[in-house]
Amino acid sequence: MANHHHTDTLERPEPLVAPKETYGTITDKIAGDVLHTKTPKAMMVTLAITSGLLLVFVLSIGAVLLFGPGVWGNNNPVGWAFEITNFVWWVGIGHAGTLISAILLLLHQHWRNAINRFAEAMTLFAVMCAGLFPALHTGRQWLDYWLIPYPNTMGMWVNFRSPLIWDVFAVTTYLTVSFMFWFVGLIPDLAAMRDKSTKHWQKVIYGILAMGWRGSAHHWHRYEMSYLLLAGLATPLVVSVHSVVSFDFAVSLLPGWHATIFPPYFVAGAIYSGFAMVITLMIPARKWYKLESFITDRHLDYMAKIMLATGLIVFYGYLCELFFAYYSGSLYEHFMMKNRIFGPYWWSYWLLIFCNGLTPQLLWFKKVRTNIVLLFIISIVVNVGMWLERFVIVVTSLHRDFLPSSWDMFHPTIWDWGLYLGTIGFFVWLIYMFVRVMPMISIFEIKHLLPWRGRIIDTSADAN
Amino acid sequence: MAQIFHPSMRVVSRASILASLIVIGFIGWVGWDWYRSGYFTGVNVPVEQPVPFSHEHHVNGLGISCGYCHTSVEKAAFAGIPPTHTCMTCHSQIWTGAPMLEPVRASYRTQKPLEWVRVHDLPDFAYFNHSIHVNKGMACQVCHGDVNIMPLTWKSSTLQMAWCLDCHRAPEKYIRPVEEIYNFDYKPPADQIAFGKELVKKYNVQVKQLTDCSICHR
Repeated sequence: MANHHHTDTLERPEPLVAPKETYGTITDKIAGDVLHTKTPKAMMVTLAITSGLLLVFVLSIGAVLLFGPGVWGNNNPVGWAFEITNFVWWVGIGHAGTLISAILLLLHQHWRNAINRFAEAMTLFAVMCAGLFPALHTGRQWLDYWLIPYPNTMGMWVNFRSPLIWDVFAVTTYLTVSFMFWFVGLIPDLAAMRDKSTKHWQKVIYGILAMGWRGSAHHWHRYEMSYLLLAGLATPLVVSVHSVVSFDFAVSLLPGWHATIFPPYFVAGAIYSGFAMVITLMIPARKWYKLESFITDRHLDYMAKIMLATGLIVFYGYLCELFFAYYSGSLYEHFMMKNRIFGPYWWSYWLLIFCNGLTPQLLWFKKVRTNIVLLFIISIVVNVGMWLERFVIVVTSLHRDFLPSSWDMFHPTIWDWGLYLGTIGFFVWLIYMFVRVMPMISIFEIKHLLPWRGRIIDTSADAN
Repeated sequence: MAQIFHPSMRVVSRASILASLIVIGFIGWVGWDWYRSGYFTGVNVPVEQPVPFSHEHHVNGLGISCGYCHTSVEKAAFAGIPPTHTCMTCHSQIWTGAPMLEPVRASYRTQKPLEWVRVHDLPDFAYFNHSIHVNKGMACQVCHGDVNIMPLTWKSSTLQMAWCLDCHRAPEKYIRPVEEIYNFDYKPPADQIAFGKELVKKYNVQVKQLTDCSICHR
């Protein structure tokens, strides 16, 4: 309790929900943004760009389906380059959603209530983008169902000893659990949307999705229980999914991939990039829809802190890689690291250090963390940095392996870039569609915060 | 406020959960059966040929052995489809005027081979070799069924990979002495598995290799 008094005198933090908001205004604002607010102009303009990218996306998929993966710059030895880079990048971005929904829930971090819905939607869309890359990279996309073990007329099972099949399980589990989490969390809000809708067809659609929610004590009791159970289910996934993704590399014998540090270092990177993406998307959404009452500067400050913490772990990972290469005493490890830093792809490594090693150091300063423009720019730099990280790991390790006679360079083609930028278009487009039809902030979870507002929220103060 | 849904929706919505499970199960069941049905695999479906050739008549009725017509079965990948001359060794003497055999005579006159329709057509990515199978005690009957009682010719096996692997994983289930490969009346001994294992050893069949991808997909 003494502690409580102490913090009170130190600094009174900004409330998590603006004082002017009441139970009524919260529903009116968030539900009204979907039902009544005219789509903001800035959103329409960016939607046009996004839709253009969506066409590029369709075109790039069409090119691969029609002409095969030969349209990409892949070769021997670089058998996969952008595909796996983008896959890992997107899966990583998805991790913020689950972390925010599950782990922060279990840790009673109530500030998550303002961002979990949005982050979960982002997770779903990011995982959809991610899954596309390996599915297209198989080359015979019409046989992709072979990735799933099922009793077939070939008398064959998938190769359970391959990390690539672990990936299939990890990602599909992740998608399923994330969807369940997102949907279950939406049910009370869908009922609110049903009740706030003015048109009959809207009432019917939201009504079906709300699955008969009436907000009775029974409903709430079951809801809370199932949400908690789902959080428990999702929590190990935050760690396991990206660990499994890292096994794609770590289980192989290639210098630059064969490293035991990969799982933790990948998980930290995933959360790092996920929070960067949440910030990138949240800042414009907050401005366009005037959500400053719910997503305060304090929220952004917290997210920036998590980004800083995970960013430092990632940077530590880079330093460890350097040390391992030196300490291994292996000629091939030495060469790999030298080639990574000074070889033909030197620019990607140094850019990576700039984006992921140096830039996040700015977040030590509160002035930077609360400067919206600067934070937005940093989040984009981090997104780029995390993409470069995967590019560096994949391409610089593959293109010069043990045997100099098999060395080659990877040059991305227009279709490599097209598909990558296309998925960004697809992703943002889905986010826009989501924002237009679903409450992007959890209405009832924001209401939970009302009695708390203005207090420092930590677990020890829970009883108070 | 008026109700959006009729009270009956309470039952409908719950039933729809059950119904979706049933529909998914039904689709799975149809898919399962479809890919194993004669309609898809061609098993037990007679194939129309230029001449309605009866294996039953020639094998059971006349006692001609498989190798008389399918001459390369012990030496080559392909068992061989007999040339018109093989037919004419007999049919230049008997049934010389039968209208049913006119395509055979026409082929002989014009020197144009009969165009038999293939019954057992493996995909091109599977390399099948008859000689290795018959020389290691895999009888014609094991894969082609009771051809000796087929008035027209049809497949008796699916030729699906699971079917290949059934034997490649455990050849002792089907192997028999090489002298018996053309014998349609062969009865496997009661202790086929033990006997089969002996034969597998005797014929030096490397069971471990039989499930290597490259054994069939080269």
